Amino acid sequence: MTVQVVIKPNTYFDSVSLMSLSTKANQVEGVEQAIIAMGTEMNKGVIRNVGLMTPEVEEAKNSDLMIVVKAATDELCENAFVSINELLTKKNTNTGKSEVKYSTISSAAQSIPEANLAVISVNGAYAAREAKKALENDLHVMLFSDNVSIEEEIELKKFAHEKGLLMMGPDCGTAILGNIGLAFANAVRKGEIGIVGASGTGSQEISVRIHDFGGGITQLIGTGGRDLSEEVGGIMMLDGIKALDEDEATKVIVLVSKPPAPSVEEKILAQISQCKKPVVVWFIGGDEEKITKAGGHFAKMSKEAALKAVLLAGADESKINKRALNIPLIEEVRAKLKPEQKYIRGLFCGGTLCDEAMYAAMEKFDNVYSNIQKNADYLLEDNNVSKEHTFIDFGDDEFTKGKPHPMIDPSTRIERFKQEAKDPSVGVIVMDFVLGFGSHEDPVGVMLPAIIEAKQLAEQEGRHLEILGYVLGTDLDYQNFDEQVEKLIAAGVTHASSSQNAGLLAREFVVKGE
Amino acid sequence: MSKINELFKSKIHAINVGIEFFKDDIVKQNASATHLDWTPPGGGKPELIAALDKLENPSVLEKIEEANKLAVERIVNSQPVLIGFDQAINCVPGMTKTTILHAGPPITFDKMSGPMKGAVTGALVFEGLAKDIEEAYEVAASGAITFAPCHEHNCVGSMAGVTSASMFMHIVENKTYGNIAYTNLSEQMAKILRMGANDQSVIDRLNWMRDVLGPILRDAMKLNTDGIDLRLMLAQALHMGDECHNRNVAGTTLLIQALTPYILETDFTTEQKRQVFDFVASSDYFSGPTWMALSKCALDAAHGIENSTIVTTMARNGVEFGIRVSGMAGNTWFTGPAQKVVGPMFAGYKPEDSGLDIGDSAITETYGIGGFAMATAPAIVALVGGTVDEAIGFSTKMKEITTTENPNVTIPLLNFMGIATGIDVRKVTQTGIMPVINTAIAHKEPGIGMIGAGITYPPVEAFEKALLTLSENIN
Repeated sequence: MTVQVVIKPNTYFDSVSLMSLSTKANQVEGVEQAIIAMGTEMNKGVIRNVGLMTPEVEEAKNSDLMIVVKAATDELCENAFVSINELLTKKNTNTGKSEVKYSTISSAAQSIPEANLAVISVNGAYAAREAKKALENDLHVMLFSDNVSIEEEIELKKFAHEKGLLMMGPDCGTAILGNIGLAFANAVRKGEIGIVGASGTGSQEISVRIHDFGGGITQLIGTGGRDLSEEVGGIMMLDGIKALDEDEATKVIVLVSKPPAPSVEEKILAQISQCKKPVVVWFIGGDEEKITKAGGHFAKMSKEAALKAVLLAGADESKINKRALNIPLIEEVRAKLKPEQKYIRGLFCGGTLCDEAMYAAMEKFDNVYSNIQKNADYLLEDNNVSKEHTFIDFGDDEFTKGKPHPMIDPSTRIERFKQEAKDPSVGVIVMDFVLGFGSHEDPVGVMLPAIIEAKQLAEQEGRHLEILGYVLGTDLDYQNFDEQVEKLIAAGVTHASSSQNAGLLAREFVVKGE
Repeated sequence: MSKINELFKSKIHAINVGIEFFKDDIVKQNASATHLDWTPPGGGKPELIAALDKLENPSVLEKIEEANKLAVERIVNSQPVLIGFDQAINCVPGMTKTTILHAGPPITFDKMSGPMKGAVTGALVFEGLAKDIEEAYEVAASGAITFAPCHEHNCVGSMAGVTSASMFMHIVENKTYGNIAYTNLSEQMAKILRMGANDQSVIDRLNWMRDVLGPILRDAMKLNTDGIDLRLMLAQALHMGDECHNRNVAGTTLLIQALTPYILETDFTTEQKRQVFDFVASSDYFSGPTWMALSKCALDAAHGIENSTIVTTMARNGVEFGIRVSGMAGNTWFTGPAQKVVGPMFAGYKPEDSGLDIGDSAITETYGIGGFAMATAPAIVALVGGTVDEAIGFSTKMKEITTTENPNVTIPLLNFMGIATGIDVRKVTQTGIMPVINTAIAHKEPGIGMIGAGITYPPVEAFEKALLTLSENIN
């Protein structure tokens, strides 16, 4: 055991820094004990107490820095001095500006007067509480969280309505406010069309189609999926329509939803009939007559809704590429399929995209099963096992418990795809790939290995595996839309140019005997 | 124009709670977003969330807000003035010759931590109640000694807080509300009774403090009929780089400067006066207890306001950490286990030598200085991790759990923001942010003393219990 001492004359360090240095020096490898201190009587006393006193220490002055190291060997001692010298000369380089961190919505809202919106995506058990705080602080709310009770939703929406604030959600996945996309949203042009949507991917689809047709969006207001239920009564959609009707920049309004509860539909239609602006209504499976009677512009499918909106906004029809359905392609695919390859398997990340394709199929087939069927007779008994025509929404609760949404983490769908691809009764597998903010950075890429492998397997078995892919996105989305489409085509996937076309193509591919 | 239509025309500034990349995406689009450092309220415990919700019912909320407004008003408006020094037996309410006051919530001798036992036995020898430390252990356990928290006798005590009959006390009067607070004198550093040391050198110093230092200070302050305005002095000390819990160099200089003319005029010998000045100069800590008494004096004025959720005491006895809340009048303590103190240590000691968090000095944080005013004391940032930014961060973060700023005591570096004042039990439980406390570390064994300094936090249990009780009591 050796003890070495270095005295640095006239070298001042404050006591707190020295304590901190001593603590670090004691962690240097091989050091039994290290003391770094100014040469005061008190510090000398400490050194004496631990038995490390030497004549040099005895002579140190108040203004001298004493470094005393005890280690097993001379070499370890010297190594320690090198490390200690580094510690002494090390300057803290962190001079970054300090950022104020807020912990509550109230404190942030009070400290940031320009704050005007809260985006809330905490666990559903706490979400309503946070939303209420936001409203109390006069913030508009986008509530992404699900698992919020309907009672809480009603309370929040009534409160927001009284205060004249937006209460988008719960379970609101998308919104575009002032050209800023929130949560899952696509980058689209600023324009003259406002959207109020109760279904997230449905609203995304409309915004993307409008963009594709050369139009643009003023605002996209998400309401959350339950807004048009009997209980909630369409509070957010009604307020949204009213606000867009009063908005100078908005020329046309588009409504997106599954069919509302009858009493709510009445209220919505009454509101439409009072609107100064044209309102295009796409209620999936909605009633054309009622909507038209109320003065609304009925759209049966998504592309149709978008097209009507851009035309009403004044676009020149002759200059629009309407992305017409590729009729010859249908014949081509039909010819490749064997008689027993008769079923559609739809594997979707977007709930509304799933719905749209399913409704298209239901027009031609009775045996359409799903995990989101309204008619209980056609709900799948086991969501992991397909039956005849099957449409799966992987964004539905059963698949997202404890897992991120499939738009972020597509692993569950990949496994299911492999299973479907082996089924000899399958005529076509249809899938969506959603781009935009919030979504996976390369949704096609993660699916590709499984697609290529499945294609090879089918080829070995002597059957054609028809895969139909739709990429929901725009040329402005960060994932690179063209590259995503090219990857699909290169892998032998048929590319559909819209949600509507994807639904219709899938159906037509397997319609037999026409 | 409706608020929604206004929003359509405004630039988005979002407050994001939850998934962080939503904030990143908003920022990428050249809009502004602030991501919250959020944790589930009440740590996600349903009973605590229910209690928070109950306290937010409009009628209840109104009562609480009104009570808290009054409580912080009293803290802010308190004007504590040092009016004198005297022995505890002569001034502290309820003091007897066989009473030992200690830091923190109530505790019996057998359960006390090492440093506190060391201090108690040392004090018994000092008072002549035991002939040596060994006998003092028997006396302490015999039932002949009355133990009580300093806080229950209008006192505060640094570290072990052990206060006995003949010790000299600061006497601090609240000129606004009339209440008085007491605390004993600094023994300076580091092998001292309050840290649990009790050998002859410690007793000798206590004797000298009783026979020379105390009487000189007492007589000096008799000559100063105006008293010393401590709040004014505190504000100055903060502007000079103290946070007045772990850094007291400026405050001590100001205090001795104010006392010196009167000390000179007392009838003691020059040598004795010289001893006093040397003693004060031997450690910056001399004024440490003074700021504790100031804090206690202001906070006692805010205690016992019905329906208030403001914390008026944070104190530790080395085993438990206890808080008192204004709305629970008298001596209702809410406790949890005392925590470790993390920070640099004197040469020769290791973290495992540390005793747990101890002392009434957290009264300074309760008032808004100490760890709360870390941004005033960049010189000691090594205590809190090393960077000035971190120090500033502590001071701004404490605003999240407090009610107001004290305009009388400000932080230059933060554009003269007032110190964060009025810790609210609801906000602590809601945010999960614990008050930050700067403090010294005593050796865990009796008889050794101070071995380091650092920061610590109260146990969350104390605040949870307080919240549940408040939600039952406020209707």
